[in-house]
Amino acid sequence: MSLEPQELNELKSKIGREPTSTELQIVAAEWSEHCSYKSSKRHLKMLPMKGPLVITEKGYDSGVLDVGDGYVVTAHIESHNHPSAVEPYGGAATGVGGVIRDILSAGTRPIAIFDGLRFGDIEKDQQARWLFKNAVTGIADYGNCLGIPTIGGEVEFDRCYENYALVDVAAVGFGKKENLIKNHAKKGDIVVLMGGSTGRDGIGGSQFASDSLESEDRSAVQIPDPFIEKLIIEAILEARNEKLIHAMKDLGGGGLSCAISETADALEIGIEMDVDKVHTRESDMHPDEIMVSESQERMLIVTSKTKFKKLQEICKKFRIGCSVIGIVKSDNQMHVKKGKKTFANLPTDVVANATLLDLPSKEPAYLKNIEKEKKLKPISDYSKIMMKLLASPNIASKIWVYGQYDHEVGIRTVVKPGRDASVLRLDNGKFLSVKIDGNPKQCYINPREGAIGCFEEACRNVVCTGAKPIGMLDHLQFGNPKDPEIFWTFLESLKGLTDFAKDYKIPCVGGKVSLYNETPDGPIKPTPLIGVIGLIDKTPQIPQIINKDDCLIIVGETKDELGGSEYFEYIHKFIGGKCPTVDFTESKKNMKSVLEIIPKKLLKSVHDCSKGGLAVAVSELSMNNQIGCKVDLNKVPAKKLDADRILFSESHSRYLLTFDKKNLSKVEKILKKNKTSYEIIGKFGGEKIQFSKGTKSIIDLRVDKAQKTWLNSLKDLVLHG
Amino acid sequence: MKVGVVVFPGSNCDRDMYHVLTDVFNLDAQYYWHEKSLPKNIDAIILPGGFSYGDRLRAGVIAAHSPIIKDVQKMAKKGIPVLGVCNGFQILVESGLLPGVLLKNESLNFMCEWTNLIVENNKTPFTNQFKLREKIPIPIANGEGRYYVDDETLKELKKKNQIVFRYDEVVNGSSNRIAGVCNEDGNVVGMMPHPERAVESEINPIDNKPSSLIFESLLSKMGVSN
Repeated sequence: MSLEPQELNELKSKIGREPTSTELQIVAAEWSEHCSYKSSKRHLKMLPMKGPLVITEKGYDSGVLDVGDGYVVTAHIESHNHPSAVEPYGGAATGVGGVIRDILSAGTRPIAIFDGLRFGDIEKDQQARWLFKNAVTGIADYGNCLGIPTIGGEVEFDRCYENYALVDVAAVGFGKKENLIKNHAKKGDIVVLMGGSTGRDGIGGSQFASDSLESEDRSAVQIPDPFIEKLIIEAILEARNEKLIHAMKDLGGGGLSCAISETADALEIGIEMDVDKVHTRESDMHPDEIMVSESQERMLIVTSKTKFKKLQEICKKFRIGCSVIGIVKSDNQMHVKKGKKTFANLPTDVVANATLLDLPSKEPAYLKNIEKEKKLKPISDYSKIMMKLLASPNIASKIWVYGQYDHEVGIRTVVKPGRDASVLRLDNGKFLSVKIDGNPKQCYINPREGAIGCFEEACRNVVCTGAKPIGMLDHLQFGNPKDPEIFWTFLESLKGLTDFAKDYKIPCVGGKVSLYNETPDGPIKPTPLIGVIGLIDKTPQIPQIINKDDCLIIVGETKDELGGSEYFEYIHKFIGGKCPTVDFTESKKNMKSVLEIIPKKLLKSVHDCSKGGLAVAVSELSMNNQIGCKVDLNKVPAKKLDADRILFSESHSRYLLTFDKKNLSKVEKILKKNKTSYEIIGKFGGEKIQFSKGTKSIIDLRVDKAQKTWLNSLKDLVLHG
Repeated sequence: MKVGVVVFPGSNCDRDMYHVLTDVFNLDAQYYWHEKSLPKNIDAIILPGGFSYGDRLRAGVIAAHSPIIKDVQKMAKKGIPVLGVCNGFQILVESGLLPGVLLKNESLNFMCEWTNLIVENNKTPFTNQFKLREKIPIPIANGEGRYYVDDETLKELKKKNQIVFRYDEVVNGSSNRIAGVCNEDGNVVGMMPHPERAVESEINPIDNKPSSLIFESLLSKMGVSN
């Protein structure tokens, strides 16, 4: 956990002398992969970051989107994978805390949390079960205490995460444009550390996260305290209203080292600080420890001497620590002292800008034959297979998870979790719809098409609520980038996302790269996670109860794309086959049609087809509404496919529209006008989920029985194994 | 009519409650920080939900020792309507204004879901507009929401008509399915579910009218027409 030999030489030549031990600690933290993005940064530039709604300011840790009427939405995504794999409760909880402070840094109030959780096979692996259970409790205890609703996310299990965990957290904030913190500082301003005390937890956390997980370094995991975080949120928003903040940054990876050097570098100033002024948890901490501690719930604020008094009063009201630790200079140096003695004095641009790498890449050998299918065992009873899928951990209802999260606090949640995307109401009468999606099974088979698929799926989900995608967050999670084959998958995914973002004109407003996600057993599957933020001007599609004789239309074509599907992987235990690909033209046409129909209030619900394919999507509609449904597979737009392919293919760009049959002609008119591929495939009624091919019955299930299995199987698995 | 919303460190439903009081019911609401005192001319007091002091030791126990609680106790004695929601209910119990205790839910988990309440006492300032046994669809969100009293106290509560709300079904294992109680005089009411999350149709997927009656009851008690 230190600099590599060539990096040490580089540092020496840049500063023209031997670095001190404190300087080494500071630079090692800041030049770690986690803080510097040294392997990925030069490639990330390909993503489009600008757009008519994007507001950019220097030093922001979150993306800002203008949602009209003087309001903005902020968004950010982070992960806390290494810590969560070792200590899931604290790791997941502090993951929430970190991303919340990024939202706060811009001067906006956090209004929603989303998390993507990935673990090993919980049916077989007890440790995965333990990690899952405790990560969920960690998120619940933290988010609930803050009073920020956790309204969405996803949970997935795959053997590639054995002895590991991916815990991704996204957050969204809301505020007035005029209240955004416009980071600035001038000579003589003071630097204040606010919030929790600095202790010995999380020391070396960013370096820990920048290497393969081989040992359980628990001291590198931070300790959560949501109560202090809640006090910080309220204190900072009060200080924001009083205009007391010139610049602000949260303390995350790399602790003070990172916050001080990055703030100074972004604002082109120097900062001189005294470690003796930092309020610490223990009395005998060494300057090195103080500089790299990743203790949570701390914020760095730049303000003027005259405003500080008011800031101090606010902190006193909330009884949170508030220390003047330094002063702004004009020399562009990061100067760390203890009393009068200097421990570090470095140019900020050297600290904050690690030399970027240009790593080699090579197409992995395994990809050559992976899209070839093997011969599958014939299935005699599809009803039985269907029940098995509904009970499978990846498809079963996640109510056990989101039922532990307060998803109503803040009284904005219009569409609750458990649907396609959750919807929040905003103060200007508009609505926000957000979804995060990943699909490592497909990304493993085809890193480019898989990543595009995640992006399209997240878009599809917000489109189902009537929202137009206005921004995306990307979180790119891969193994060791120094392995050219892994780095190739990273680049392919990134290129795919870039092409999609450019074509659909959806700017990337924030992101994170997490590398070295591997254990001695090997790397994870490529796991890009995409968050899409959608805006609804007037009418959100709020799911209404489906009644007898309501119609079901499918929009989009079902193709022979079972690679990475739950059907192949869970039922047939086969990894491979053709990965679903997105046809941009068709995809955009379908989105346009759905977004044109929704405001006309003709529909009862819109649901997308994804994991488990058409069969699972239709079953979900039936189970959520406790009503049967009869579907004829011969009517589904698909080119001469067998029943199992129509049922379980995970082709993209497909939507299920349900509506009262009296609206049929109006719905069809819009679909026809836009030349959308669609078909009426069934109607609701009765107590059974039935799929037939012509007159031949394929699946025949009681809704109540299916629903009971679907709702309870994940909880039963977690609690009883 | 003046309503005081008491804010403790860690309260997190204070702003939601304030929004409902002011924007939905046009009341004159004011926040009161827990170290401040309450003015004498206040007409009703609401202790909102959240995690006062991060639920340390036990939900509500530290907040029950806040300076403002002395004022709340005094005013409660004078007959001023006091409503505690969720953490506010826990604080009222911990400060001795209401009987019983609130324990961890039977599932040992935090629970956020929609439930149905049954009105058992329609004589309080927060329930006078309900028909007896009227059903209220309303969300709960708590980890320590299982109301518990011993058998003897339960008999007393029944005798003195202190059970205000019961769950329609077993939700968290609370004694006698109790979701809300009042003091002997009936002016202090505590409830675990969140009425402020259920009064607006936009966020209530079932029916927002019953929950609204909780606030309309207060308006009617004060002789204010909305």
